Amino acid sequence: MYRILRKEVFSASVKLLEIEAPRVARKARAGQFVMLRVYEKGERIPLTVADCDPERGSVTVVFMEVGKTTRMLGSLEEGAGILDFVGPLGNPTEIEKFGRVACVGGGVGVACIYPICRALKQAGNEVVAVVGARTRELLFWEDRLREAADELLITTDDGSYVRKGFVTDVLREVAGREYPPDRVVAVGPLPMMRAVCGVTREFGLKTIVSLNPIMVDGIGMCGACRVTVGGETRFVCVEGPEFDGHQVDFAELAQRLQRYRAQEQEALARYEAECGGRC
Amino acid sequence: MLGGGDDGRAGKKKKIIPRRVPMACRDPQERIRDFAEVALGYTPEEAMAEARRCIQCKEAGCRQGCPVDVDIPAFIGLIRDGRFEEAAARVQEQNLLPAVCGRVCPQENQCEKFCTMGKKHDPVAIGRLERFVGDFELARDREAPLVAPPTGKRVAVVGSGPGGLTCAADLARRGHTATIFESLHKPGGVLTYGIPEFRLPKRVVQAEIDVLRRMGVRIECNVVVGRTVTIDELFDEGFEAVYIGTGAGSPLFPDLPGENMPGIKSASGFLTRVNLMHAYQFPEYDTPVLIGRRVVVLGGGNVAMDAARTALRLGAEDVRIVYRRTEAQMPARLEERHHAAEEGVRFQFLSVPVRYEAGETGWLSRLECLCCELGEPDASGRRRPETVAGSEFMLDVDTVVIAIGQRPNPLIQATTAGLDTSRKGTIVADPATGATTRRGVFAGGDVVTGAATVILAMGAGRTAARTIDAYLRGETDPWSG
Repeated sequence: MYRILRKEVFSASVKLLEIEAPRVARKARAGQFVMLRVYEKGERIPLTVADCDPERGSVTVVFMEVGKTTRMLGSLEEGAGILDFVGPLGNPTEIEKFGRVACVGGGVGVACIYPICRALKQAGNEVVAVVGARTRELLFWEDRLREAADELLITTDDGSYVRKGFVTDVLREVAGREYPPDRVVAVGPLPMMRAVCGVTREFGLKTIVSLNPIMVDGIGMCGACRVTVGGETRFVCVEGPEFDGHQVDFAELAQRLQRYRAQEQEALARYEAECGGRC
Repeated sequence: MLGGGDDGRAGKKKKIIPRRVPMACRDPQERIRDFAEVALGYTPEEAMAEARRCIQCKEAGCRQGCPVDVDIPAFIGLIRDGRFEEAAARVQEQNLLPAVCGRVCPQENQCEKFCTMGKKHDPVAIGRLERFVGDFELARDREAPLVAPPTGKRVAVVGSGPGGLTCAADLARRGHTATIFESLHKPGGVLTYGIPEFRLPKRVVQAEIDVLRRMGVRIECNVVVGRTVTIDELFDEGFEAVYIGTGAGSPLFPDLPGENMPGIKSASGFLTRVNLMHAYQFPEYDTPVLIGRRVVVLGGGNVAMDAARTALRLGAEDVRIVYRRTEAQMPARLEERHHAAEEGVRFQFLSVPVRYEAGETGWLSRLECLCCELGEPDASGRRRPETVAGSEFMLDVDTVVIAIGQRPNPLIQATTAGLDTSRKGTIVADPATGATTRRGVFAGGDVVTGAATVILAMGAGRTAARTIDAYLRGETDPWSG
């Protein structure tokens, strides 16, 4: 069992768990992910590492409840345990002194962008963080991001906080500045990353995206996470999760992400029926 | 004492029983509706009757055909005499996983191939007899084999598949502390994630692994060596030798246009969902699996048979194995081929896929194939399939499962300095000792040879354990000079 040391509730559907996993905490770097399984009959799901504390032996994940597994995970309280927790998986984000870097995070992708901002800044980059959420309620870690980046720009889809619009609107302005970013790193929902790549392609900015496809094992065995990058098949779990966004076949990936939609909805509906909708 | 009364009467000519005792199997129409085991094994009477067919050759060819050197005539002689416990102990001297090997070894190419009886009649059913003693042992609360007094030496074994388990067991017997690191949440490697329940029940695998635990072998799951810890860090933690038995779990794809469209999956992914994650029990278990109505499995090995038979059990109506050679060249075990055919799997021999076609929704809908004919033998000694120009044909299909082979996972090779690998990504190791190019590191099984069989991996684990023991005792040093 991997014990939950701390839980934070950001909104009704976005939650943070700090989980005791000393071996993983010692090794995790920005950009890597973990696979976890809540209970004996559960699925293995990947979640990106938002933070880790080698001394406490803990790893922090932030997730949105979308299906049965994340719903169950979100219902766990401090002191409870999850059955399996493996990682860190995937390759860490490439951290070098690039100059000026724009880090774009959308939804819970904000949690993944935070350690990347921090590492890039430590490496001597000037970091512009651009984060967006559907609505103010879903935004979190503003203070942390302000610390980790040189500049923080916020948007909300509905205009309930700071600026109405999408991260791409802001990114377009940043890209059009006198000194545009030397590199863009984007983490978030697939349509957002795809849109970000659309903008940066226009400006000719190198763009790294972190992909989150369906996975079973996370260690290169199942091939479910394969994606076409630059015309070649790559395994996101061992060769990614980060790739050159301008090379990724987003349309194909979007289609692959839909495969189990009906089954996922069925599992969630059953789960909600079983626990009377209070879960 | 039962049977065997004529044993030892020198000079008396043995009565030859030409046909083997058949093993009961569940009816094909019934068994394709569930995942329960297909072959039911021998009863004690059947086992003794089959054991009586063994003529107890002095120079037992069968034994040479066994990669782990089980004393086959001895254990069969004990079964014949009804001395099942002793038979089991005799097998376990060389093989701690008899219930597994009795089910999954390709016996027709190993022990049974060299059986003297087989020259004129059916070879003795050595595999079924091994399964019988394995199951006999599992049915009672057997004691774990004895281990030597502790040496204080610690060895890390990476991977809990058949090779890692064998290596760890042999090390434990010699008094060393073996810790197995497994990346998945359940031990067993391919026995757990790859081979379906209907061919190898998971309770059998876990029961055999429990014997190892009782011998003092530690198993730490959820540790991905190469990511969670590196080989160097294992040495830092105080391990004095490392055995890498990580197998070949990374799926190969034929690299055809359209390969990443929905509906095309690797056999490892498909079987992992079903076996490890219990997708066949969805929604009781949370992991789903999709299988279409019309399924094509590409490949001709055991994995292809497992995938095809699994697809049937998940409700596919038409399951077809497309294989580029003929039945005679298929690497799958004979028994599995028979079982698959009985269950209604169809075989499309001498055919290769060339192109996938998506339907209106973007999902796979058709597979284009070409016919082949057999040409000159290739490097594998089998006649090379050559495509016939203009022989294109289309198959309507919703799902393609690719079972054309696996290669080793690259994580350890990529994170370990001084560990030489081949162009195919396998680790270079001396087959006689298991020693790699890196001091203190040994390797064996599929990660060295490329995808092969359970029993060969076990043989490699055993060889390495022998060398590791001598190395830890300072009796040998594969890296000197």
